[in-house]
Order: sequence, then structure tokens, then C-alpha cells
Amino acid sequence: MKLNINGKETELNVSDDMPILWAIRDIAGLTGTKFGCGMAMCGACTVHLDGQAIRSCVTPVSAAVGKKITTIEAMQDDKVGQAVQAAWQQIDVVQCGYCQSGQIMSATSLLRQNPKPSDADIDAAMSGNICRCGTYQRIRVAIHQAAEKLA
Amino acid sequence: MNDMINFSRRSFIKSTALVAGGLVVAFSIPQAKRFMGVANAAEALTLPPPNAFLRIGADDSITVMLAHSEMGQGIWTTLPMLIADELDADWSKIKVEHAPAAPSYVHTAYGIQITGGSSTTWSEFERYRQAGALTRALLLQAAAKQWKVPVAGLRTENGYVINGTQKLSYGQLVDTASTLETPKNVTLKTPDQWKFIGKPTKRLDSADKINGTAKFGQDVQFDGLKIAMVARAPVFGTTLKSYDDSAARKIPGVIKVVKVPTGAAVIAENYWAAKQGREALKLVWDEAGHDRPDTAQLLKQYQALSQKPGVQAAKAGDIASVGKQAKQTLIAEYVLPFLSHAPMEPLNCAVKITGDGCEIWTGTQMQTTDQAAAAKILGLKPEQVKIHTQFLGGGFGRRANPRADFVSEAVEVAKAAGLPVKTVWSREDDVKGGFYRPMFVHRASITLDAKGKPLAWQHTLVGQSIIKGTPFEGVMIKDGIDATSVEGVADSPYVKGTANHQVHLHSVQSDIPVLWWRSVGHSHSGFVMESLIDELAHAAKQEPLAYRRQLLKDHPRHLAALNLAADKASWGKPLPAGVFRGIAVHESFGSYVAQVAEVSVKEGEVKVHRVVVAIDCGLAVNPDGVQAQMESSVAYALGAALSSEISFKDGQVVQSNFHDYQVLRMKDMPKVEVHIVKSTEKMGGVGEPGVPPLAPAVANAVFAATGKRIRRLPIGDQLA
Repeated sequence: MKLNINGKETELNVSDDMPILWAIRDIAGLTGTKFGCGMAMCGACTVHLDGQAIRSCVTPVSAAVGKKITTIEAMQDDKVGQAVQAAWQQIDVVQCGYCQSGQIMSATSLLRQNPKPSDADIDAAMSGNICRCGTYQRIRVAIHQAAEKLA
Repeated sequence: MNDMINFSRRSFIKSTALVAGGLVVAFSIPQAKRFMGVANAAEALTLPPPNAFLRIGADDSITVMLAHSEMGQGIWTTLPMLIADELDADWSKIKVEHAPAAPSYVHTAYGIQITGGSSTTWSEFERYRQAGALTRALLLQAAAKQWKVPVAGLRTENGYVINGTQKLSYGQLVDTASTLETPKNVTLKTPDQWKFIGKPTKRLDSADKINGTAKFGQDVQFDGLKIAMVARAPVFGTTLKSYDDSAARKIPGVIKVVKVPTGAAVIAENYWAAKQGREALKLVWDEAGHDRPDTAQLLKQYQALSQKPGVQAAKAGDIASVGKQAKQTLIAEYVLPFLSHAPMEPLNCAVKITGDGCEIWTGTQMQTTDQAAAAKILGLKPEQVKIHTQFLGGGFGRRANPRADFVSEAVEVAKAAGLPVKTVWSREDDVKGGFYRPMFVHRASITLDAKGKPLAWQHTLVGQSIIKGTPFEGVMIKDGIDATSVEGVADSPYVKGTANHQVHLHSVQSDIPVLWWRSVGHSHSGFVMESLIDELAHAAKQEPLAYRRQLLKDHPRHLAALNLAADKASWGKPLPAGVFRGIAVHESFGSYVAQVAEVSVKEGEVKVHRVVVAIDCGLAVNPDGVQAQMESSVAYALGAALSSEISFKDGQVVQSNFHDYQVLRMKDMPKVEVHIVKSTEKMGGVGEPGVPPLAPAVANAVFAATGKRIRRLPIGDQLA
């Protein structure tokens, strides 16, 4: 199966029903995207499919054929992604860090759709991403900071 | 703090040249206490390296070896700060690595290699500074030798030794330094000389954790490594009787199915194949002679026990002697559920068994225990088992298991499969797989005098011991009391300050596996004690803050935290309509934390708007790290207080994933403000002590808002 991952056409020997998460982690070897729950409950596996944030743990690879998959590994080449990552570092958001790839992918998607989100907008967009270290307060601040920088 | 450390007496030191070049400084502290009967610190003196704490490369890089695991709490940054200060290091040259499992890295107080008990910073405060100071002394001597000048005229700054206008970088000095005798004495810096300690410092692991390159156990991949998923018993304690794997073996990507002590393991090329293979297994479990626990029945059993005398954990005076002065008696029962740690990274462990040893890649909080367990399974010596500690995607106690459960199982799977394997737990495996914070029932009967002061305090706890049946039992259970069951009650200033008191414990036996969960016994006792105090204040018709101040008048560190939190939260000043405050203070792991929660209750839903935290942890080495841990503790504890619960029905765990084991999400995160008490008192921990006061502060605010006393967690729909 041919998949476009981070701008590269990649041939992967996978079955149609394999979730994108396992194709990119176990087969393509891109481990920045994390497995957290396997049922779209935690957001750790968030990637972009044609720019939209999706939960890769429940989205089969067949749904990605002909589309562009973007993972955390490519965020440094993305203007919004760069701003989000810079804010994350400035605010020192991370603790254990395991959920942060997914948080950054969700935050980047939010800022593309809503360049100036309110706290309520952030809560609505980010409540699907669990962080057990509880970095939520800093994520809020970092999203606002990234938004300001992009404005 | 201006200690003159006499290494010849107190420590064993050696400096050795690394094969790769550079300077390695290592030493062990022989006074490390034998703690859990697992490792003897004295052995550390005779075993060979790797036992370095610090490595300087010819390229000027300074690699700090962490004896403890980074699981979010920030020691990847804090321990290097200790070294950097003594070494006058260039912070930009610092690199960090997890140390291997080796006796040299055993905890300076506990004698095994462990990250737990909120102890890393205080327990390493001397050892890591000594490593830095010793290295600096060696580099000064090396420079003196190269320049042929006395050491006395030299100074160090930002990675260089300086002599007037001449300077040599540390990297330029390592070859000479590695040939020198180690100094016998070094003097540690005084606090006024610190550049890093006490200053807010950004994390060194941040960049890798935001660009996807940080390696967690889950991310370990190498040629030939297969993925395994284990089908485990649905009822704890039962074993696999038989299985049919004919359908599983037909799934593309499934390699084989093997039997292991915990069940049947499906070995496959990838997770997806392993998962499908496991779903296709037909399994028969032998449940003969095992209970099928049910939470409702357990609760009845616990409640009945709570009214009977147990094993005595504390006693003073005579609780029956207070008849005449007694004004009123409060009797209250509190119930706390089983809880899952639910770290974001599901458990996993990669194992490669070689001709003469075994290599393990995982995120663990207890390396030497895991190493010993793996060695035992394989018939190896511990030093033949190499542990490569990866970043931990959260720990909270789950990855510090005296039984080494997930590592032992992975070793069994690799052994049975004859292949290198990484066992991966699904989220469902994690939620249903045990090692929970034990369920507890507390029953207290407290008699007050006419002024509202407690005259007699009778307190009975019922719950499973997390230590019984583990290798730590011999050291940690004394006279039938697991101290972790009664901590926060038996040693509470409120109980101890009551002339007549009695604390009893019933340690219930069960197949349900239990374990320490962030803040251990304080996770239940903090809630009970600080709720009870609020109940007593109300019964005595006294204002809750004033009531606490009176009872804690001889406890200055409690008071300092309490007063700072109350002050910063403007306690007693008006709040917006519908918003109410609650307060709590609790000591755990050597730190004192007070919290004020601002809460509203609307249509039975509790909303926490703001939490003001004050902590006295002694010296705050990295104040920003302390702040982060307080924010984290509020979130972790609030999720549990509002909605987390593991329950049992007909022997099986009811919950399975984040839809029914609910944890805090962004929408429910309050504003958290953290204030650190300026303190020169003994250092305590920060990873856990922020957890215990949160639930009672919230529940006390709920009482202020509604008049309803929360005596059972989670709050759930109790207010509906």
C-alpha cells in the first residue's frame, strides 16, 4: 500500500484495516506518534490527515490512501507547528512528555482553524487529549503564546 | 551546607579513564542503608564500573548519569543542576543519560535502585554535588600540572579553568585529569555561591519531547524484535488451564503463541497482528479455589471490620477516660476506591536473551529489583542482566513494583518464545491488569470538649497492605502494621495532639494486586484527615482555618504552608456569587502542602475554578520544577476525586479504558497558583505531596457550597 507520510510516498506492506498508528510506528518506524488507548479516547496518537487532526489509532490506513499523513516528525517544517513547539519549550510544558506529540498535533490543528482561540475554544479543542501529568494549564498558556506569535 | 567532605572516611572514590576517552568520576557512599533486603550497599564497593555519575568528554560535553528515572518529575534537570553548580559547568554542554542497573546507583537511603517516595532530590543532594566538586578539584589539579603552577592561583568558570589570562576548557584537561590521584577532601559551595540551585531552570528534556525524538520504552525497535501481547486471567489469582490457538496462528503476522505463567502470549510481527491474534485465542481459566470479588460485598466486609478492633498502630492515654469533659462525639465513615495509575504510556518491556546474558529496555522505577527478578527467571547473575532505562511515559508508582510484574512477564515471554520480544499492554490491559491503589474504609470516632478541642480520637482503617507478600515485607511491616497503610493517620499531628487516641488497622487479604499510587497511604489518609478536621470545625462551630491554626499551633511548617495558601487565596474575603472555598493542609514525604480550592456546584456538577497551593519542601532546588509538580498533583488528584474508580463485579474489573476509567481533562483543569514557602528546613519531596490536600480542599468547598459532606470518593454523581 502506498501512503504519503510527511510528504514522502512510502510503500508499506500492511493490511487495509491496520490503523494508521501502527503503520507509521511499527512498519514505517516513526515512533513520535504515541499509542495511548486504541479507541480515540486520549489523543496521544493524533496526526494530521490532509491537515485535519485525526486519531490514528482508530483510522485504518485505507482511509489515508491518496491523502497526506503528517506526524510530529514534520512539525518543525510547518509554520504553525514551529510556533507551537517554540511556545511549548518557552513555557516548559512537558513533564513525562508521552502525550505531547498528540497535544502539539491537536494544538496546531486548532490554531490553523482558529488563529485566536479563547480559553473556552482551547478547552473544547483540547479536551480529547489526556495528559496524566496534568500539564493542561501550561498547554493553555502555550497555545495563547503561539497564537500571538503567529498573529 | 559548607560541608568539608572527607572522602577517605566517608566515601569510596575512584577516577578512571573511559575506553572512549574522557574522565569518569564515580564513587559510592558506603553508609547507604540496607533497606529492603535486596541489595547491600557494601557490595557496591567491590563491584566494577559502570558506576559513573559524571563523564567529561574531550569535546567538553558533560554527561550526567541519572541514578533515578525521569518520569516527568524533572530530575533530568534537577540532578544536573547539583553537579553544574559544584563543577562550574557550562550548562549548554550538559547531556543526561539514565544510568544502568548497578549497585553503585542504589538509593543513598534505601539501598536499592529506586525512583519513588518523592526522594530523588533530597537523597542525591549531597552525592551529586560531591561528584561535581570532586571533578572540579581534579580538573584544577590537571590544569596546575599542565601549566606547572600551584592550584591555589587557579579558578574555574563556565567550563574552563582560568589562570590570569590563560584558560583551558574542561575537555582539554580530561586526559591529564584521568591520570591523577583523587583528592581526599573537597569543600562544597555555600548557598551564596550557587548559580543554579534555587533558580528556576528550564527542562533539559523538553526539546526531544516536543519533536517526537525522545525514546520511551514503547519506542524501542531493533532488527528481529517481535511484539507480544499476553492474554491474562480475567479474575485475579487464576491461571490458564488450556488454550486453543489454531485461529490465532492463522492471522497474518502472528508468529507463535506460547504459554507463560501469567497466561498465553501471542508473538507477532507488529502490534496490530498481536492484538488480532490475541482476540482469536480460545482460553480456559482454572478458577477453582479463587474468590470472585465484588466491590459491593467488599465494602460490606470492610465496613463490618471497621467496627471491630484491629492491630494497634498508635495509642496514647485512654479513649474511654474522657466521659466527664466530653461535649459531643463525631462518628464518621469514609470510603475510598481502588484506583488505577493509568500512566499515558501503557506498560511495555523489550527483552533480548543472549548467550551469556539478557538485555532489557523499559521504563522502570526500580531497576535493581527488575534486574534481580529477570536474573532469577533466567538462572543468571544480576550483573548479566543489562537494563536500559528509557524515558517513562508516567510512573506514579505503577512502574515501581516489588514483584517486578511487567518485567518478569516480558522475560518469561522472551524465554518461552526464544525470540527478542517487546511485550505491549493495551490500555484495557493496563486498566484491568491490577496493581491498584487499594480500596480503604476509615471509621473515626472523635470526642470534643466544650471548646471544640478533640479529647479522644479513635480511628480504624481497613484495606489491603501493598507490602505484604512482597520482598519488602520483612523490612516494611512491623508488628503487623504496614506503615504505608496508616501513614497520615497514625502520625498525624491532629491524632498525636489528642491526649487520648487509638489507631487500629485491618489488613485485608485478597487476590486483587495492589501497589503504591502517587502519595501512597496519604492518597486516602490526607482526604480523610482533612475532611474530618473540617467536620470537627463545623461541629465546634468554628471557622475551619482558625480551627486548624489552633490545632497546629506547635507545627510551624504546617502553619507556614497553611497561612501562605490562605493569604494568597484571600481567605475570608468575598468571592463571586456561587463560588465557595475549602482548605486543607497535609504533610507527606517530608513536605508540607496547603491548598485552597474555589469551587461551585451547579446541578450536581462540581466545578473547581482555582486552586492556590503553598508548599514548604525546604530548599526548592528548581522552583519551576516544584511549581510544575504542584500543578501536576492538582490535576492528578482532582481527576481521581471527581471521577476515577476501579470496581469489581463477579470477580472482574468493570472499567476498561478512558471512557469508563475517567481522569482529568483540559476542560476541568482549574487555574493553579503555586507559592513556595521560603524555608531552610530539611528538604522534602515534591512529586507526591501536592496530591493529598487536593481532594479534601475540594470536598470542604463542596460542603461550604452545599452543606453536603463528601465521605466517599469519587464525588461522581453524589450531588445530583
